[in-house]
Amino acid sequence: MDAGQRLTDANFPEHPEKATLEGKNKFLGFWLFLGGETVLFATLFGTYLGLRHMNMDGPSTEELFKLPTVFLATMLLLTSSLTSVYAVLALKQNRVRTLQKWFIITLILGLGFLGLEVYEFMEYVHEGHTFTSSAFGSAFYTLVGFHGGHVAFGCLWIITLLIRNWNRGITLVNAPKYYLFALYWHFVDVVWVFIFTVVYLMGKVG
Amino acid sequence: MSTHASHKKRSGLMDWLTTVDHKKIGILYLIAGGFFFIIGGLEAMFMRIQLFKPENDFVAAETFNQLLTMHGTTMIFFAAMPLIFAFMNAVVPLQIGARDVAFPFVNALGFWLFFFGGVLLNLSWLLGGAPDAGWTAYAPLSTTSEGSGVDFYVLGLQISGAGTLVGGINFLVTIINMRAPGMTFMRMPLFTWTAFVTSGLILFAFPPLTIGLFMLMFERVFDANFFNPDNGGNILIWEHIFWIFGHPEVYILILPSFGAISEVVATFSRKRLFGYSAMVFATVLIGFLGFMVWVHHMFTVGLGPVANSIFAVATMAIAVPTGVKIFNWLFTMWGGKIVFSTAMLWAVGFIPTFVMGGVTGVMLAIPSADYQFHDSYFVVAHFHYVIVGGVILGLFAGLYYWYPRMFNRVLNETLGKIHFWTFFIGFHLTFFPQHFLGLMGMPRRVFTYLSGQDLDQLNFISTIGAFLMAIGTIVLFINVIISTSKKYAPSSDPWHGRTLEWAIPYPTPEYNFAQTPLVRGLDAFWVEKAAGNKGMTPAEPVGDIHMPNPSILPLIMSIGLFVAAFGLIYDTMTVVVIGMAITFISMFFRSVIDDHGFHIHKEEVEEDLKGVKL
Repeated sequence: MDAGQRLTDANFPEHPEKATLEGKNKFLGFWLFLGGETVLFATLFGTYLGLRHMNMDGPSTEELFKLPTVFLATMLLLTSSLTSVYAVLALKQNRVRTLQKWFIITLILGLGFLGLEVYEFMEYVHEGHTFTSSAFGSAFYTLVGFHGGHVAFGCLWIITLLIRNWNRGITLVNAPKYYLFALYWHFVDVVWVFIFTVVYLMGKVG
Repeated sequence: MSTHASHKKRSGLMDWLTTVDHKKIGILYLIAGGFFFIIGGLEAMFMRIQLFKPENDFVAAETFNQLLTMHGTTMIFFAAMPLIFAFMNAVVPLQIGARDVAFPFVNALGFWLFFFGGVLLNLSWLLGGAPDAGWTAYAPLSTTSEGSGVDFYVLGLQISGAGTLVGGINFLVTIINMRAPGMTFMRMPLFTWTAFVTSGLILFAFPPLTIGLFMLMFERVFDANFFNPDNGGNILIWEHIFWIFGHPEVYILILPSFGAISEVVATFSRKRLFGYSAMVFATVLIGFLGFMVWVHHMFTVGLGPVANSIFAVATMAIAVPTGVKIFNWLFTMWGGKIVFSTAMLWAVGFIPTFVMGGVTGVMLAIPSADYQFHDSYFVVAHFHYVIVGGVILGLFAGLYYWYPRMFNRVLNETLGKIHFWTFFIGFHLTFFPQHFLGLMGMPRRVFTYLSGQDLDQLNFISTIGAFLMAIGTIVLFINVIISTSKKYAPSSDPWHGRTLEWAIPYPTPEYNFAQTPLVRGLDAFWVEKAAGNKGMTPAEPVGDIHMPNPSILPLIMSIGLFVAAFGLIYDTMTVVVIGMAITFISMFFRSVIDDHGFHIHKEEVEEDLKGVKL
């Protein structure tokens, strides 16, 4: 069978994302890549923890952070993880239109999160908390900005995937691609959970 | 199906620019790594010439700073690393009975990223001065360094580091997923094992470097304050991040050399490697402990006696698995029918040399003594004993050993032995006196010294030794050139090899194995030989072989980043945008173009099998 062929319910494998050697390789390689990404963010977290009180003349974390906005952003991102799970569920059931629907909702939630983050950063800059104002500023924008960059990249990724495969069913070629995007999205979400805890909650009470 | 070639063969330059074949990428890595090895070697020669007498004025102090920075950076990142990747590419898929790596496209991308990173860094010589803050680029030296030298350092390493990271992931997946039937983990040749552990170290050690370099770039280009104490920054953050990467890095370098030595010693002793499972365990243990010892580079920073003691003990602990390896090599030779080929000479020379580097390593691991040794020539002697005496000697052993497999001809043994003796004697002549220079108080990284301090003679001897090493390297290049002009084509198995890479006919077919081999034990090829078989037992019938298509995109992606780097160095955002656009558009094309590769038809494989000479 050609790997690019649309799968039918009759020949649909249990794990379409790992049914070919290419799929298996991508699956494992991407998990390993996420392991490297974990170390990457760990380094950023370590640096942030070392510098978070170095706000110099600028506002401190307690004065700066507005938890309601951050909470709303967190909810958007957590929900988007849930919707990407629904998309993967549809993937395993060979329901491509449902998959597209859930990924579009995921994308919208991700864009909403990004919008809130941009708004939040603009507010902070108004209050004198900039990238160059202090070591805290540099560490904050680098850590949170790296995460935001990951969300933005994820949005571009899913847009490309959806458009390219819009009129194609689920195949052994695109199933790993959808699956990997979902993995990536969960990872970015988990990083945010740590940012919410370490940066925002500890910034308020730590 | 016709018996005509199932795909268009590209030729000449275009073939090398678009190849995704691990064997060709291995050759590219070897050539590029060899080129940078020469550049790094020349930089070392200039430094030794400057230091051959007191108060010499061969180069200025500023130039000397650039030379020492570029020598270290070039040798570690652009000579040793690619040479390791050269052998990993050339050998690992063959040793595990695979037809290619898991991600051939990514493999090509890794090479081109490394290559353009190296070119970028070295262009700094022509564009206003090379980086001058040492290969460790400590802040605030690096953050306040004038000119754009350090920017070249940051971006050159950033680009090549990305290539190394994807290369590491590629080899991890290859080794986990692509092994031939019967090739269990505990039947893998030791070189494959060390490549596996090294790839794991790359995966976890390079991301901290990525972040450190980003911070340094942000500091220099966008006025960030990570390392600026005036604005609340802390210079120690750079040192920690750099060494959290930097210490695993030295194990990334040495482990594949250990692997090459293990193959060479076993092959030329005509014996199975002694203590195979202990060797595997020691390799994994060294890899693990490699992450636990970075503070021994920072003993004099003043982190306190508790931190220093913990890291001292962890450092000394690494001597145990390393000692296991040394004894296993000795026991492999014990009672063996030893053949002193050139490759074996390098391996035998490696053992005592590396032990000496290990002993000074344990000396340096004692914090109280380290306060004396720190930043002296003793440290220079130590790390050259482990990196030249360990990594490079091991790579030379691997070069003479695997050259026939990579290039279908052997290197001349007489010239090889001349290369060995001049380089080996030259090496000890260069670096042995430096231990004493250090103990006598000569600091590292100084461009000159005064006479009348008993430093003259030893420095003179050291420079003579450096010239001997240079002569040895020239002999190697003569040897390589000779090997291209004459046909030194031996059998497919010139060393009576034990592992799968020697079970393949000459020249190595594009698809490696016409039929995936069935592995029936450790030293898979030897097992078959011992059973009286001519070749491997196939695990599958002859059939169509799926191959990946060549692609120019890895090259274009790397060029995009190369262009963007210039934009960042010269603060021109339009150039950054253009460069990043080139890279992202190439990534976009890679994503949307369906590329299912092609098949080599069964008939062609059968045709090839008829002409096979073993």
